[in-house]
Amino acid sequence: MAKLPTDISDLVKQFGPSLHRVPPGGWADTREDDKLVKTHCCFCGQQCGIQLRVQNNKVVGFEPWEDWPFNRGKLCPKGIKRYMQDEHPDRLKSPLARVEGKGFEPIGWDAALDRVVSEIKRIQERYGKDSFAFLTGASLTNEKAYLMGKFARVALQTANIDYNGRLCMVSSATASKKVFGIDRSGNPWSDIVAADVILVAGANISECAPITTDYIWRARDRGAKLIVTDPRMTPIARNADLYIPVRPGGDIGVFNGMLHVMIKRGWIDREYIAQHTTGFEEVARAVEKYTPEFAAKIAGVPSEMIIRAAELFGPAKTSFVLHAKGIEHHSKGVENCIAVMSLVLASGRLGREGCGYAMITGQGNGQGAREQGGKCDQLPGNRDISNPEHRKYIAGVWGVPEESLPQKGLSAIPLVEAIHEGRIKGLISICFNPVVSLPDANFTREAFDKLEFYTNIDFFLSETSRYADIVLAGSLMEEDEGTTTNTEGRVIRHRKVVSPPEGAWEDWKIICEIARRLGHGDKFNYSGPREIFDELRVASKGGVSDYFGMTWDKIEKNNGICWPCPTLDHPGTPRLYEGGKFGHPDGKAHFIPVEWRPSAEMPDAEYPIILTTGRVVAHFLSGTQTRRIGALMDQAPEPFCELHPVLAEKLGIIDDDYVKVESRRGSVVVHARVVKTIRPDTVFIPYHWPLDRSANNLTIRALDPQSLIPEYKVCAVRVFKTDAPDDAIASLEVQAGGIR
Amino acid sequence: MKNAEFFIDYSRCIGCEACVQACGECDTHRGVSMIHLETIARRESVQTAPQICMHCEDPICAQVCPADAIKKTPDGVVQSSLKPRCIGCSNCVMSCPFGVPKYQIDIDQMMKCDMCYDRSSVGKKPMCATVCPSGALTYTTMQDIQRTRRGIPINEWKFGGEVVHTKVYVMVPPEVERVDINLVQIANTDAALPRDPYDVALMLENA
Repeated sequence: MAKLPTDISDLVKQFGPSLHRVPPGGWADTREDDKLVKTHCCFCGQQCGIQLRVQNNKVVGFEPWEDWPFNRGKLCPKGIKRYMQDEHPDRLKSPLARVEGKGFEPIGWDAALDRVVSEIKRIQERYGKDSFAFLTGASLTNEKAYLMGKFARVALQTANIDYNGRLCMVSSATASKKVFGIDRSGNPWSDIVAADVILVAGANISECAPITTDYIWRARDRGAKLIVTDPRMTPIARNADLYIPVRPGGDIGVFNGMLHVMIKRGWIDREYIAQHTTGFEEVARAVEKYTPEFAAKIAGVPSEMIIRAAELFGPAKTSFVLHAKGIEHHSKGVENCIAVMSLVLASGRLGREGCGYAMITGQGNGQGAREQGGKCDQLPGNRDISNPEHRKYIAGVWGVPEESLPQKGLSAIPLVEAIHEGRIKGLISICFNPVVSLPDANFTREAFDKLEFYTNIDFFLSETSRYADIVLAGSLMEEDEGTTTNTEGRVIRHRKVVSPPEGAWEDWKIICEIARRLGHGDKFNYSGPREIFDELRVASKGGVSDYFGMTWDKIEKNNGICWPCPTLDHPGTPRLYEGGKFGHPDGKAHFIPVEWRPSAEMPDAEYPIILTTGRVVAHFLSGTQTRRIGALMDQAPEPFCELHPVLAEKLGIIDDDYVKVESRRGSVVVHARVVKTIRPDTVFIPYHWPLDRSANNLTIRALDPQSLIPEYKVCAVRVFKTDAPDDAIASLEVQAGGIR
Repeated sequence: MKNAEFFIDYSRCIGCEACVQACGECDTHRGVSMIHLETIARRESVQTAPQICMHCEDPICAQVCPADAIKKTPDGVVQSSLKPRCIGCSNCVMSCPFGVPKYQIDIDQMMKCDMCYDRSSVGKKPMCATVCPSGALTYTTMQDIQRTRRGIPINEWKFGGEVVHTKVYVMVPPEVERVDINLVQIANTDAALPRDPYDVALMLENA
C-alpha cells in the first residue's frame, strides 16, 4: 500500500522542498552573547570542524572553528549554509500518517509507534522475520549506526539490513580489506602535504571534498607533482602536472599500464615487495601485456600519458594516492581499487610520513557506519557476520544466544529487488532517500509502490518518505550528540547544539522505543548516546576497528582519535602499515592481479554515448537537505547535461538547450552545458535532483559482484534536443524537480 | 594576527563559492555577499577567479566620488560608501579597475568589500579568507606566504598608463614584477597562448 497518497504537487505544497533563506530573527540579529558550540559539519566524510551560533535554543548562524586541525576554519559552501536546515519551515514536528487522497496528517507518537509495531509483528508473523527489512545510512553517528545494527539483529531479528554506504564506500572497503587486510585510509591527511607526487584517481576533490584541496596545493607549493585521472577536467585537474582524461571504466588501463612501465624501468621497491607482500609475481605477469599502447586503448587516452604518469609516479621518493567514487562506482569497482593499490604497494611507499594511500569517504560517517554494523555482512568492530567466533563475541555483548543472530542479509539493491519481487513486504528506513539515490529510479519507485507497510524516520519529508505509511519525526545531527569517524579513521565528537523541536524525537529514542514495544526493551535501555558509545567500545574490542580505548572525554581532549585504539592508555593509530605491517594474519599485504573487462552496458549504435554521474559542490547526496537551502539552490538550481562541443555539434545542440537524455531504463530533460572540459564520448549529469530531473532514471542496476556497489559511472545513453517541458512535474519549483 | 596581509592566488581557486556564501555571513553586511567570483569562460575551462576589493593605496573610487562618501581607514582599508553621503551615482562602480563596488538599488547606496573590518580590525581573518578551502584567498603574514608558496606576492598593477598600488597582493610566477594590463590586440593573442589548453578533445587526438 505504498503508492503516493496524493499528487506530488499537493505533497510539495505541504511539505516542500521549500527554500529557507533568512535565519531566525533576520540577518541583523546577531548578539554578543550568542552561544558558539564547537561541533562538526553534518555532510561529507571530511567532517570539518565548525561552530554553530545559538540564540534561545535556535541555530542562527555559524562561525569558523580555526583551531580544529583538519580544516582550520576552512569550509565549503554546504558547511557554511548548513545551519539553514535548522528552523526550516519544512521541518517535521510530529509523526505523520498517510491519508488516502489527502497526503499526510499529524498523529500522536503513541498511535504512530503502535501502528509501526503492530505492522512489524503482522508482517513478520505472516511472512517470516526476514520479510521486514531495514535501510539505514552513513550520515548517522557511530552511536546511532551501532544502535541500528543491533536493532535489526536483536529487535527485528531480520537479516535484511543494509545502508546507503552501499552506494559509497564498499568498493574501496572491500579492496582495502583484500589487499591491506584493513578497511581504512592508511594515513592521516597531513601526509598528503609531505608527498612528492600525488595521484588523484577518480576523485572530484574540489567539489566533493573541497577541504582536501588545500592539502594538495600545499604539497604542490613544496614542489610536488600532481596527476589526476578523470573523464572530466575538474577544477583540481585544471592545474595538474598531468591530467589523464580516462574513458569511464578504463581506469585499469591507466593503473596496469603504469605498473607495467614501472616494472620495466625498475621503479619498484623489490626489497619492500619481498619483505612485506605476497603475490607480486602474479601481478607482474598480469600486467606484462599492459604495454602503454595496449593500456592506452583500454583507457581511451594517448599512450604517452600513461608513460608520463609512470615517469612521474615511479621514481618519486614519497607519494600519496587518493581515490574516490570515480573508480569505485563500477561493476569492477573493487578491481579498479585493487589495481591502484598495487601501484602503491609496488612502490613500497606507504606507512611512512608523506607515503601513503587514502580512499576519500563520501558520507559524514561513511567510515564509522560500516564498522558499527549498518552493513548486511558486518557486526560491530568491523566483524564478519558469518564468522562463528565474531558472532559469538557480539552475541555475548548483546546478551542474546548466538543462534538468534541472523546471518548475512541482502545488500541495498538486491534488497529493493526483493521488495519489487514481493519477498520483502515491510520496511523501516532512516537516513536514506533511495528513490533519488539508487540506480534505475523507475524500478525503485515501482518497488516502493509494492510495500505492504513502510515507515520512515526523517526530519524532512524526503521523496522516499512520501511512500511511507507512517513517518516518524527524527532529529538533525546538531540536535543530538555522539561521534563520527572521518575519512582519516579519526573518531570525533559531535555536540548537541540545540534540542529537537517539540514533537520530534532523537533518532535513538525512536529506535529504542520501537524495540521496547517489540518486547526487547531490556536490550535497548540506554540513558543516552554516551551509554551507547560505551557499549560500542566493548562490542568493537578486539575487532579490527577497535574503539575500546576511546572515551568521549579522551576524544575531545585529543581533537579526535584514530582507530585502532585498544586500551585506555593507547594514543590511537593515525598512520597504518608502519614498518610494513599489514592487517592480514600473515602480516603482509596481498597483491591481487586484475584484468580489465568492459562495463555492464557499453555504448552501441542505439545508445552511443557514455553517461557518467556525480556531484556538484553546492549539494549533498540526494539533496534532501541542500535542496531546501536557498543560498545553495541559488548556486546550483538545476541539474544539467555536460557535453563537449564536438558532440554537441554532431547532435545539433547549443549551450542551454533543453535536451532529453535517454537510456534503456528511463529519461530526463535538463539543460545542456556545452564545455570543452569533458571527453567527447561522454556526458555528465549530477544526481542530486528527483523525479524527471533524476540522473538515476538513466543509471543501470549493474553491481560489482564483490562489493555490490552500483555502476553509477557508466551506462549507455542517447541525447537529443527537445522542447521545454510543460507537464506538472516540470512546473514544480526547481528544488522539487521542476525545470525553468 | 599581527601584520597580516591579504593574498589572492588565482591558480588555487576551485570555484566552490565558499567565499561567496561566507561573505554574506559577515556581520557588517550580513545577508549581502560583496565578493565576486568570476567564471572566466566555462565553455573553455573550469577556471574561476575570486575578486575582493584590492584596497588601492590611492583609491580611484574615492577620487571620483562627488560626495566624498568613500573613506580609507588609517590601516589602508577602503570602506563602503558612507550612508549619509552616498548619492548612488555609481561613479565608483564605473571607475574601479577591478570591478568591485556594487550599487545596491534597494538601499540606494554603494557597498563593497571592507575586508570584514569588524573582524580584521580586531586581529581576526576576513570571512572569505578564513573559509576558502583552496587557499586561493589567504590572510597571513608576508613572511608566511613567502615561506609556503612557490609564487611571489606583488601589489603593483598597470592599467594602460596608470600605475596602481594595492593593499591586497596577488600571487604570480617569480619572474613577474607587476601585472601589466595593456589593451589587448586580438590578432596577437593566438600565437601567445597555446591552442585551447583545456580542450579534452584535443588531448585525445592521438588516442
